[in-house]
Amino acid sequence: MTTTTEALEALEGLEYTPRRERGLVRDAARRLWANRAAKVGMAIVLFFIVVGYVLAPVVAPYNPKTDRDLPARLSAPTREHLFGTDELGRDILTRIAHGTRISFTVGLAAVTFAFTVGTVIGLVSGYVGGHLETVSMRAMDVLLAFPALLLAIAIVAMRGPGLQNTMFALAVTYIPVYARLSRASALGIKELDYITAAIAVGVPGYRMVLRHVLPNSLSPLIVQFTLMIATAIIETAALGFLGLGAQPPSPEWGAMLSNGYKFITIGAWWALLFPGLAIIFVVTGFNLVGDGLRDALDPRLRRGA
Amino acid sequence: MTSYIIRRLLSLIPTLLGVSIIVFLFLRMIPGDPALALAGEHATEANVERIREQFGLNKPLHEQYFTYMGKVLRGDLGRSILSRRPIMDEIRVRFPATIELSVCALTVALVVGVPAGIISATKRNSIFDNIAMIGSLLGISMPIFWLGLMLNWFFAVQLGWLPSVTRLDAGIELQRITNLLIIDSLLTGNAEALLNAVQHLILPSVALGTIPMAIIARMTRSAMLEVLEQDYVRTARAKGLRERVVIIRHALKNALLPVITIVGLQVGVLLSGAVLTETIFAWPGIGRWLYLSILSRDYPIIQGMALFVTILFLVMNLLVDVSYAMVDPRIRYG
Repeated sequence: MTTTTEALEALEGLEYTPRRERGLVRDAARRLWANRAAKVGMAIVLFFIVVGYVLAPVVAPYNPKTDRDLPARLSAPTREHLFGTDELGRDILTRIAHGTRISFTVGLAAVTFAFTVGTVIGLVSGYVGGHLETVSMRAMDVLLAFPALLLAIAIVAMRGPGLQNTMFALAVTYIPVYARLSRASALGIKELDYITAAIAVGVPGYRMVLRHVLPNSLSPLIVQFTLMIATAIIETAALGFLGLGAQPPSPEWGAMLSNGYKFITIGAWWALLFPGLAIIFVVTGFNLVGDGLRDALDPRLRRGA
Repeated sequence: MTSYIIRRLLSLIPTLLGVSIIVFLFLRMIPGDPALALAGEHATEANVERIREQFGLNKPLHEQYFTYMGKVLRGDLGRSILSRRPIMDEIRVRFPATIELSVCALTVALVVGVPAGIISATKRNSIFDNIAMIGSLLGISMPIFWLGLMLNWFFAVQLGWLPSVTRLDAGIELQRITNLLIIDSLLTGNAEALLNAVQHLILPSVALGTIPMAIIARMTRSAMLEVLEQDYVRTARAKGLRERVVIIRHALKNALLPVITIVGLQVGVLLSGAVLTETIFAWPGIGRWLYLSILSRDYPIIQGMALFVTILFLVMNLLVDVSYAMVDPRIRYG
């Protein structure tokens, strides 16, 4: 008898299995925190958030667009201008700090947009199947058939240069990535028993996708979200560099680089070096966090290290 | 295998159809009247009418599409508005420049990336491994146009060791046969041109090759690490084979498949990167040409090139898939 009681008690313990879902998130968070590289990445991203959103508007002594100091134009790094000045005598450090907000905003907006649209397309077409799936996946193939940056350049060229169109163009080129990824997840999840069970109890389609398919396909999407922000920041800068993104006097990093390059022959290396380093650090930060998330969310995918 | 290739080629058709429609509509999606845009700001009404006539813009849309596709299938992509030259002729001159640059960049990437990945994997957590992995992390996080600018500034402007722009110095004569300058100078036995062409290739190749190099190094490392833990590697070691033989003959061969996948995926990276690299180094390839055409709103070029690049991209992807089966006999396409 006692053994039966013990067994029952043990079974009662099992009733708490639904908690494992929360445990998964906490588990992942713990693994992420234990990952030194990911911590460095988070520190870098946090640092730039603080610089861009707190220090730049509050502490920075100069205005990024209007504080011109023509006598001190193109001056090498000094105590007043730690990163030197540009051709209009504007403080490069200030401009880089303010440029952080542009890069983060464009990156986040473009990727969020692509994430939302792409995931909806992918999950629905993967779950529903049939003609809907064929047509939407063919459309995604067409978008994927263009090299991403070229497609973005073409879209911006068509709609006119500017940050808003940059965001839109990048988002369009990223949509197929999320559509493909979420469809693949949906296809796998669709066959699982708990979906069959949910169908049996009459869960409606939209609820099925939102409550059952989406949460279980989130891991790869979240990883991709982080890594994609890194890509978006580089590509925003690339478009800015080509003159298709942010327009002067905006302190966008890519635009700063293309501007600085005009003065490289007279030795103004600081106008080129520092905005580039800013891009590298931010992008490295996001890449480290993304890699860390991949390892944390799916230990089976751990790559070697 | 043959049936697989045929099936893949057939599956390209709907994609290409979609792409051609998008590319065709591109000209029509420009806000306002495309004829006005084509004619420029100061065009007379008669001029605009003439352009409308010339581009068939006064006909119904589907008719325009079929006329355009008919020409494309006959190898006629139209003419540039500015230079009036046939786009196909320009591609013939410029595309080899891009091929030469991309091939050199990919060579740089492979020659450095694969050995770096192998050494990192075999000497895991060593100083070399750490440096190589940090380096490759920075490599994938680096905007290539910035790297190009810095290389150009340091090696061309500051040190003056290497030429910074174009494919060949102005004074050097070279008979063009294939428009691949290295091949041409070898064919004509022109040592001076060969040396000069190679010098011009170094900086842009390094700039364009850095991202693929970093990706290849990371991929090779993780693929090698996985393979090195397999039983047959232990068996090979137990047999007393030399470590070098184990790594190269047993491990590397099996680690190469994911690496080839990644190399195949670099085609898009190289094409996109070519726009930036060619712009910085004034390289007369299709990337810079496309970019300049976009700036000058030379729509027929943009339209034709979009189609050309897409076909190229799709065919390359197909070739990569087919090459898997050749490298890995386990893969069979039914």
